[in-house]
Amino acid sequence: MTVDTVEHVVIDRKRVGSLALLQEFWSYFRENRGAVVGLAVFILTCFLALFADVIAPYSPTEQFRDALLAPPAWQDGGSARFLLGTDAVGRDLLSRLLHGARYSLFIGCIVVSLSLVVGILIGLVAGFVGGATDTLIMRLMDIILAFPSLLLALALVAILGPSLTNAMIAIALVQQPHYVRLTRASVLAEKTKDYVTAARVAGVGPLRLMFRTILPNCMAPLIVQAALSFSNAILDAAALGFLGMGAQPPTPEWGTMLAESREFILRAWWVVTFPGLAILITVLSINLMGDGLRDALDPRLKRS
Amino acid sequence: MLRFLLGRLSLLIPTFIGITIAAFSFIRLLPGDPILVMAGERSVSPERHAELMRQFGFDRPLWQQYVEYLANALSGDLGRSLVTKRPVFDEFMTLFPATLELSLCAILLAIVIGIPAGSIAAVKRGSASDHLVMGSALVGFSMPIFWWGLLLIILFSGVLQWTPVSGRISLVYFFPPVTGFMLIDSLLSGQKGAFASAVSHLILPTIVLGTIPLAVIARQTRSAMLEVLSEDYVRTARAKGLGPSRVIGIHALRNAMIPVITTVGLQVGTLLAGAILTESIFSWPGIGKWMVDSIFRRDYPSVQGGLLLIAAMVMIVNLIVDLLYGVINPRIRHAR
Repeated sequence: MTVDTVEHVVIDRKRVGSLALLQEFWSYFRENRGAVVGLAVFILTCFLALFADVIAPYSPTEQFRDALLAPPAWQDGGSARFLLGTDAVGRDLLSRLLHGARYSLFIGCIVVSLSLVVGILIGLVAGFVGGATDTLIMRLMDIILAFPSLLLALALVAILGPSLTNAMIAIALVQQPHYVRLTRASVLAEKTKDYVTAARVAGVGPLRLMFRTILPNCMAPLIVQAALSFSNAILDAAALGFLGMGAQPPTPEWGTMLAESREFILRAWWVVTFPGLAILITVLSINLMGDGLRDALDPRLKRS
Repeated sequence: MLRFLLGRLSLLIPTFIGITIAAFSFIRLLPGDPILVMAGERSVSPERHAELMRQFGFDRPLWQQYVEYLANALSGDLGRSLVTKRPVFDEFMTLFPATLELSLCAILLAIVIGIPAGSIAAVKRGSASDHLVMGSALVGFSMPIFWWGLLLIILFSGVLQWTPVSGRISLVYFFPPVTGFMLIDSLLSGQKGAFASAVSHLILPTIVLGTIPLAVIARQTRSAMLEVLSEDYVRTARAKGLGPSRVIGIHALRNAMIPVITTVGLQVGTLLAGAILTESIFSWPGIGKWMVDSIFRRDYPSVQGGLLLIAAMVMIVNLIVDLLYGVINPRIRHAR
């Protein structure tokens, strides 16, 4: 059966290009059941985040003074009014979690795009130009990587001031060396191949050579890394929020919510449990997807 | 071997200089007047301001400041904490054993569980136990450990009341630090119950800090084992009639360990980053909590010194891992 699909795809690719490539990708991706589940959960999270305004029963900042620390609906004393209970100042936990999904996904998107674009640019230059420029860039990246990521992000936020924007900038800066290294390594591997030489001989300029000829062939590891750093960005931003150095209260960011609920852990388990569970589920779904992406994009596994 | 060693060392020097520049820049990158930033809400008289400017050397050219900073740093002088007025290096060294003890226990836990779990998953590939191990590893890998710590506190300290919530040892025990490791010191003190108290304080932080390395090691062991198990020499070993435990334990595991050892070494950064969160949750008096507290207290000389020492430490451990890798795997040593 697999033989059939492979042949079919090869012919198709010639005929319709990117659409067939996507089909080929999907046929590998869906073989990994975990990845499909991850994708489904991720799409659901995106949906909930997009329509949080409509789905959430209350505003994330509305305080119900008559229901402080109300337990979830299924527990004694809980009511259907607040499905997941309320926090210490009477805000509906479910509404806050739904709006929090927006922050986490937004953080992931911004951090990944920022570090991906900057990382690819620097990596392309390092691999393409070589020589002293390359050495200088790679030593700089070594320096960034010598610091534990969270510590460096913390120090950067200390410089920039605690806020969500600064946390995202700090995390992007900390993650970008990984993209530089990956891009540079693939560029070095691709640079000496015949198709690049052919393009060069045909008179293709350096910019086009970098972006149109070489870069598309370096994308597979970068996409896998993007999935990994998307989940890392969410975790790190939540960690910064938890330490009081990320999003500031009353923002319904999950890490910040956890920090606010710390003093109630022994009295109200739900205010601690649900925000963390939301982080775990989101990060887990992205990591599952990342594993699937790696399997589908890794050419070594494809041939076997 | 010597050339290999020198090659690696020569790569290290520019990185080290870069780290010192990064730590040096830290205070100078703070927006606004550095003295006022460090003073925070406290007011500073003009005389005190000038004195502090001189003390920190902010009134001299930047390169002079850096050269002096580097010279001082190399002789172990990293300035004084603004809060305790003690040398930053001494502060760091007093707190470091607590972090080291916690990190060692965490990585030990990760190795002791991760390597067997990963091996079992590889040998029984596709079985229920493989799925269980890999599923748990992925959950562990995705875990927000600060939340994981809180959950464990709710369960074991809150509901079951088995373990204490914070600190390294119960306050009723007091003895002078000998090694700085609470487990050893409590034994040396000979006080009844001290060791048990130290252990009960250590259990939860160890689990929390060990979770991510455990997941990474289990995954790495599995993939390394799978690769080795498909090698010809394993087939040969099986063909000549060796039992499965010998084939897996001696032939496969030993070779699979090479990439795993690197992974263990590379967890140092993860451990130190995790220590920041773990120590904050459990009020563990180590360098992770100290760094966070210093940032909040605007004790910037401490933050600066801590950044330098931690980065230097990560660098040295990575070098040791690199060298060990060369010792275990001759192919690396002789390449180039």
